[in-house]
Amino acid sequence: MKFLHLVIVNLRRKKTRTALTIGSFTVALFLFGILATIKSALGSGVDVAGADRLVVRNRVSLIQPLPIAYRDQILRLPHVEEATFATWFGGYYQDMKNFFPNFAIDVPNWRRVYPEYKFSDEEWRAFAEDREGCVISPPLAKRFGWKIGDRIPLEATIWTGTWELNVRAIYETDRRELTSPELWFHYEYLDERRSFWKGFVGWYTVKIDDPASAVAAAAAIDDRFANSPYETKTETEKAFAAGFANQIGNIRLLILSIGSVVFFTLLLVTGNAMASAVRERTGELAVLKTIGMNDPTVLSLVMAEAIAVAAVGGGAGLVLAKLFTLRGDPTGGMLANFYLSPRNLALGFALALAAGAAAGILPALGAMRLRIVDALRRV
Amino acid sequence: MVRVDGKGTGALVEIRSLDKKYRRGGEEIDVLRGLNLDVDQGEFIAFMGPSGSGKTTLLNLMGGLDVPTAGTIRVAGDEIGALSGRRLAAWRARHIGFIFQMYNLIPVLTAFQNVQLPLLLTGLSKSERGDHVEAALDLVGLADRRHHYPRQLSGGQEQRVAIARAIVADPTILLCDEPTGDLDRASGDEILDIISRLSREFKKTIFLVTHDPVAAERAGTLLHLDKGTLLECAADGRFACTPEDRAR
Repeated sequence: MKFLHLVIVNLRRKKTRTALTIGSFTVALFLFGILATIKSALGSGVDVAGADRLVVRNRVSLIQPLPIAYRDQILRLPHVEEATFATWFGGYYQDMKNFFPNFAIDVPNWRRVYPEYKFSDEEWRAFAEDREGCVISPPLAKRFGWKIGDRIPLEATIWTGTWELNVRAIYETDRRELTSPELWFHYEYLDERRSFWKGFVGWYTVKIDDPASAVAAAAAIDDRFANSPYETKTETEKAFAAGFANQIGNIRLLILSIGSVVFFTLLLVTGNAMASAVRERTGELAVLKTIGMNDPTVLSLVMAEAIAVAAVGGGAGLVLAKLFTLRGDPTGGMLANFYLSPRNLALGFALALAAGAAAGILPALGAMRLRIVDALRRV
Repeated sequence: MVRVDGKGTGALVEIRSLDKKYRRGGEEIDVLRGLNLDVDQGEFIAFMGPSGSGKTTLLNLMGGLDVPTAGTIRVAGDEIGALSGRRLAAWRARHIGFIFQMYNLIPVLTAFQNVQLPLLLTGLSKSERGDHVEAALDLVGLADRRHHYPRQLSGGQEQRVAIARAIVADPTILLCDEPTGDLDRASGDEILDIISRLSREFKKTIFLVTHDPVAAERAGTLLHLDKGTLLECAADGRFACTPEDRAR
């Protein structure tokens, strides 16, 4: 701490260079924050997936349906405790930019499979009894200012027309990753009005007796419908969610690639700035050694400068990223859970510090190994 | 007492058979050759000699900034060659104060902060450090300039700050490498006055390297170096040379 002042004045000595170096950290960590948020948002389904749930979909593709009659057959298979289904509706409110996920669900069985969504019994009953009723999430209610009792029109994209729904319930949950902006309504209402695919559902979610039985249960389901016109592919909910997220490519690899390039560039920029700073101060470092400063302290001083730049720049970038994410999903529903978590903030800050340390280590070692007499000769 | 025959005992500084060679472009250069020196506490020694005679090298070796090729240097009982790394740095902080020709102040620190630097390596409290710095700046006559940066000071004032920095931790020895070399006569005289006062009033052991005979006159003992060898002894007989020394 005694040398903190020396670190600060050294950083202020070349203000433009320091500002640019800090700026490069800010940009890099802002980018990291946004990429991490996108990755989390795309993978949020993976995080909330239940270990004791399987998803059954059409073997050909997720967009191909399955007969509603499969539910009863699935329920008779070993390890299966409960089954429900849903169908993607794909509607939007007033304008395409107001898109958000919306599904038609199997109302009678839904809560038994998804107990993590909480409702008052009164609200759920109101929803169940209203064929045109719907349930919305708190973020969706907040986004459009909807409240219970509102009647909202959804424009269909797969089917046609305007579908009017009554808000009957807003679910609650203490798990932040479950609070994406979404809407559920009655499957019966969908099936009654739509012009095709009547009697078909998008996918089934099956609750099994034991996560250890997942492989056996999945095999039993797929075997049951093998060689039928609608063969199934059954997988754990986690695998299903991961596969869903990966439909737009290997996000993890993409983000890792971009992140690696950015951090490598950052290392070069900061390393160069620190090397210049040390080179310019060769004589001063020699004087510090002359008055008795030992090699580890000299090393620490240079490292402290690099890490301070990283901390200030990286911290600023993460704060900006956090502020950006607080504005909500910029895609209008594609990244429902657009949230920069404390874990990712901490990871970003740790990465920034590590990058600062890595960038500073070579110049710091150079300063540490500086021979006093050689350095003084250059003054 | 100053001796150059290598036969003194119990002196503050004992240098024995000191050799220093440099290798430059494949060629080996003898900078110091078999140098002996004994200096008691409180002595003020001036080294004179042509460029390349080894004056600054000798100062660097005495200050533990460089390593001898052969021979030993013992200061206040510590053999410098036996120290390394942290211990040598700590030894320098405790025993040595350096004054350079080009002052070598840190430009982004005020006079006060520059002088305080050596004390940051000690266990002194902030207020104790402040007291020491005030006293050192007062001694060199710059108490009123404590908040000035080096660029706001004249060359003579900068050198006085450098002297304050060198003495603030109360070192055993002051090593001055041409401290007036970059100053005009008036400023140089002021610096020499301060150094003389440190010798006279505070009994500091001082080694001064200079090309300036006027500066050298301030010292109690003048030693001449040429080609790495102490040439001769002063005429006043204060130190005894061996015939071999004279023969060089």
